[in-house]
Amino acid sequence: MRASSVRVRRQLAGSPWLFAAPGLLVAGLFVLYPFVSTVVNAFTDRRTLVPGEFVGLANFRELLHDDMFWTGLRNSALYVVGVVPALVVLPLLLALLVQKNIPGITFFRSAFYTPVVASIVVVGLIWVWLLDERGLVNAMLETVGVGRVGFLSDQWLLLVSAMTVTVWKGLGYYMIIYLAALANVPRELHEAAAVDGAGAVRRFVTVTVPAVRSTMVLVGALSSVAAFKVFSEVYLMAGPSGGPAGEDTTLVMLVQRTGTGLTGRVGYASALSLVVFVVTVALMLLVLRADRREES
Amino acid sequence: MSVAEKVRTGRPVAAREPRVADEHGRRIRGLELVWRYLLLLGVLALTVGPFLWQLSTSLKGPTEDIFSSPPTFLPEHPTLHNYERVAETIPVWDYALNSLKVAAANVVTNCVGSALAGYALARLRYRGRRAATLAFVLAMLVPVEGIVIAQFTTMRELGLNNTLVGVVLPGSVAAMNVLLMRNAFLNLPYEIEEAAFVDGANVWQRFWRIALPSVRGTLAVVAIFAFMGAWDDFLWPLIVLSDPSKFTLTIGLNYLHGTFANDERLVAAGTVIAVAPLIVLFACLQRYFFRGVGEGAVKG
Repeated sequence: MRASSVRVRRQLAGSPWLFAAPGLLVAGLFVLYPFVSTVVNAFTDRRTLVPGEFVGLANFRELLHDDMFWTGLRNSALYVVGVVPALVVLPLLLALLVQKNIPGITFFRSAFYTPVVASIVVVGLIWVWLLDERGLVNAMLETVGVGRVGFLSDQWLLLVSAMTVTVWKGLGYYMIIYLAALANVPRELHEAAAVDGAGAVRRFVTVTVPAVRSTMVLVGALSSVAAFKVFSEVYLMAGPSGGPAGEDTTLVMLVQRTGTGLTGRVGYASALSLVVFVVTVALMLLVLRADRREES
Repeated sequence: MSVAEKVRTGRPVAAREPRVADEHGRRIRGLELVWRYLLLLGVLALTVGPFLWQLSTSLKGPTEDIFSSPPTFLPEHPTLHNYERVAETIPVWDYALNSLKVAAANVVTNCVGSALAGYALARLRYRGRRAATLAFVLAMLVPVEGIVIAQFTTMRELGLNNTLVGVVLPGSVAAMNVLLMRNAFLNLPYEIEEAAFVDGANVWQRFWRIALPSVRGTLAVVAIFAFMGAWDDFLWPLIVLSDPSKFTLTIGLNYLHGTFANDERLVAAGTVIAVAPLIVLFACLQRYFFRGVGEGAVKG
């Protein structure tokens, strides 16, 4: 009896590592190792089929003189500027709209969430057709006498259209996050404000916004990181080459275009990836720091 | 408590009179109610309308004008002709099967891998546990977009590029899921497992019989988001798959769009095929979707 229990103990001695092994293996081999190898490759001239050699800062020097890099950086940054304010404010208003339990509200909540569930490819193609030169939006604009707009042919309109799609797809997701936050706002605050004669707008500014401020910061951080890494929407709407003369290329599109395929410049694409990584981390820190400063 | 539950635990609406109360039991005035419903219907048109327009386009036959202005919203003679044409143009059912394989595999690997690792992090005493936790936290923070190129070269080194296994592997045990499961296990009371331990249950029995059944809710969230994530994913399969016979639905749709962009009915039918299964899944399992947003956002 005793001997067998010792044997069982010994058999199980390694089990914590056995339990954690599959997860650690995947995280190590497919996330942490690729990250380290991205950092290392950024200082080499490695290509998909050529091992490459150490080239120091050559990739980063090239980057500074690469017009496409600056285009990509500009577009990805513009994306943050355009998308984040909308994704911080609109889902909050939407959450207020669906917060009250009126008949049928669960249906509306679910319906507003549908775009989140759909693949970005589906969403992108739906909007490519909606915003087509002869699509629904232009047909309606023509009916009301505005005339047709080249949403998908003009460099800037394309970018704005893609941003609209990103916001459209993200609304429901952040709405759910805000709903959870709103459920925690004490109603006494609203009642007190109402007694004081504050209208809906006033109560929104003085009660709701301060109460969900930390959630707004969270949404700001999540959406700005996601916006800077934008790929699919622009890839689908502007095409793989990034719209007219590639002017709508985003940074991640450039990474994908440069680094993949049999002729991929892995070294240079890794340098680009590092920029994506650094800016992403910086954005997150920036949002969190702005939050702390405001608080103090 | 999950988001959806929180939202729904409001007071039931009084059924006797046609009067409507808000979540605090106060009456909402009639005029305000009208405004609310008008706004809700407006947003509904904006969020669901595009899907319906796509469905409508996919059902319009070759003789019907899909470009008319003012637009016609309902197909005059609904037909499934475009769906047959998609299947003739690209092997769309093979792509759907590939997507299904990838999504199903992703569900299994994520559920098994993250439950095991989460349990190890939460319950088992061993040296190196903090290092292991840190590894998962770091892995969660690394943005996929920043490492796809290195993931691609890693796959090449393993000889797995251009295979469905290669599509699944990088996300097969997502670090975030491991940490979600860890938190779920940490929230369980210790006492039951201690009692089982005293009764002679080994680690495996404690995990399988006692701990795991108690975290089914979180496991369901992991499963659903693993399925949705794999089914919807675009960037990674686009990079790792080059052979058209291996395409998943999203990559196949991208190909369809790239090659037959001027055939809107065809692309519309393709997108409906790709999105319908997920909408059905969502309709059936809504509360887990909402719960996942709440738990994911706190972590993410």
